[in-house]
Amino acid sequence: MTGTGNGPGAPLIELRGVTKTIGDGVLTTLVRDIDLAIEPGEFVAITGPSGSGKSSLLYLLGLLDVPTSGEIRIEGRRADSLAEAERAHIRLSRLGFVFQFHFLLPEFSTLANVLLPMRALGRLDEAAMRRRALDLLGSLGLEAHVHKLPSQLSGGQRQRVAIARALANEPFVVLADEPTGNLDTASSEQVLGIFRRLVDETRRSIVMVTHDLGLAARADRHVRIVDGRIVS
Amino acid sequence: MRLMLDIAVTHVLARVRQTIVGLLGVAMGVGFSIMMAALMEGSQRDFVSQLVDSLPHITLSDERRQPPRQPAEDAYAAVAISGLRTQAIRPGIKNPFAIVATLETWLDGKVAPSTQARAVIRYAGRDTAASVTGIDPRREALVSKLPTQIRQGTIESLRKSSNAIILGDKLAAKIGARVGNTITVVSGTGQSLNCTVVALFHSGLSQADETQAYTLLKTAQILSGQTGLVNGLRIRVRDILDARDIAARVEVQTGYKAVSWQEANEDLLSAFQIRNFIMYAVVGAILLVASFGTYNIISTITHEKTRDIAILKSLGFTSAVVRRIFLIEAMLIGIAGMLVGWVLGFLLCLALGSVEFKSPFMDATRLPILYTPLHYILAGAVALTASGVAGYLPARKAASVHPVDIIRGAS
Repeated sequence: MTGTGNGPGAPLIELRGVTKTIGDGVLTTLVRDIDLAIEPGEFVAITGPSGSGKSSLLYLLGLLDVPTSGEIRIEGRRADSLAEAERAHIRLSRLGFVFQFHFLLPEFSTLANVLLPMRALGRLDEAAMRRRALDLLGSLGLEAHVHKLPSQLSGGQRQRVAIARALANEPFVVLADEPTGNLDTASSEQVLGIFRRLVDETRRSIVMVTHDLGLAARADRHVRIVDGRIVS
Repeated sequence: MRLMLDIAVTHVLARVRQTIVGLLGVAMGVGFSIMMAALMEGSQRDFVSQLVDSLPHITLSDERRQPPRQPAEDAYAAVAISGLRTQAIRPGIKNPFAIVATLETWLDGKVAPSTQARAVIRYAGRDTAASVTGIDPRREALVSKLPTQIRQGTIESLRKSSNAIILGDKLAAKIGARVGNTITVVSGTGQSLNCTVVALFHSGLSQADETQAYTLLKTAQILSGQTGLVNGLRIRVRDILDARDIAARVEVQTGYKAVSWQEANEDLLSAFQIRNFIMYAVVGAILLVASFGTYNIISTITHEKTRDIAILKSLGFTSAVVRRIFLIEAMLIGIAGMLVGWVLGFLLCLALGSVEFKSPFMDATRLPILYTPLHYILAGAVALTASGVAGYLPARKAASVHPVDIIRGAS
């Protein structure tokens, strides 16, 4: 990573004056002059009306996108100016993603989907990866479904598999984009419970984009964004 | 690499029908290319081998390519002399047996003397022009395949009766002569001999079978009206591809015109070169068409898998890894197609090789097929290259997918 590091005590992810504009002729500003820091063990909810820039902000936090101006720092080090491969490596090793649509690979079993990021990182041997994947799936109540394909699972089960996959490489932050948006109330509660446990028990941070103010109220911090700006 | 291979295999196996269609496209391209190359080159080699093997590899005649250098050319720097022709004071090669002995000291092959005479063969009131070649039967076996081409009688029969003659089977049929008949041979110099037909030969080359006759050297010399005349040396070399170089050396050493089989059949060999070019162009085109099938499949997979690509990239897979996954998919189809194509090509060659066929140009009873690993390697290499190129373009497009665009579009 480039830039000067703040070392221990620096926020896990920090956005400094970040603006993201898209379009060739007619420019659209997705987020404007955002300053935001995600601290260890923090459960942050980002809310706002549709088109306010919630998801865009999440993609910037997760290095899926780069800002038009401003800086993104990961553990104090500048990350937005890194090459695509280096940003990909940070995503693989330090961040976890959960999307509204589970986004599991349809031809791969539950177990294979969870193994995917671990195999890509290659930090563990085959047996250890398998053990960890089974532990994760077991802890999320999916031990009976490890060999099933995503199409054979319910919506809530799929989302739990997606969470297991996001946690596979022990990320320090899980970024969730409307993770309950497609789920019924019971499944939503289950997902939220998992997030809460992760924060409380493992000191991981969760950044969750949601339009549900009820869910947001259960986070440690609530960031509201309107027209690309943080308003509270 | 293992992970990329697993993903690629899963993608390919998930689309069984498409994969089989693409695989068969490559397989048929490879199979038919191998079959075509084997058939074309097989027939060509068979033809050349008949052409080359039935005649000596080099023929030394008593002609000279260039007229002798004139004294005026040595005396003056600039001289123009027109109308010169080669000397033909007395036909025949001087000291032929000394030349044979000298050549055999260095030449990797065998030499046999011969006497050529033009003649008209007459039998039962029918006349036909023929080329009579006087040979030494023992030496002839070393320079041509005449002994193996004898259909009735033997080459040694030439020695057993006076004025014996061996006729081409078609020549004999033309005049209605059989073995044991006595025919009249009238040479250009007016010499007339009654000869006994002791054998018939069949070379497979129509021109030779219709116009060629063999006698002993002595008999041909009588027909030429010149005792001791040897106007040709027939040379057979161990490596036929060396014939041109050896002919040049023989010509320098003896001063007589030495014509290799390549020079004698230059037009034919040029035609073969053009034929080979056309063959490889057609084979390349077949494989190119097959590669469009691979391109189509990989394009379809990348299109269908856009969301998966976005997932992989959001998880932390780099563009290079995504590109490699789709390239591997193309190569998997290419490799599987190549292997099936090899088997298909071999079976097609076997099937074609079993077909009985009569050609006016060849003496083959079955289609001549050349079995060589080179055809398999070439067809496989072209198929794999074409699959690689066909896969690279959609793979590059897949790698350029921006995950945010897809994820945003999905939600």
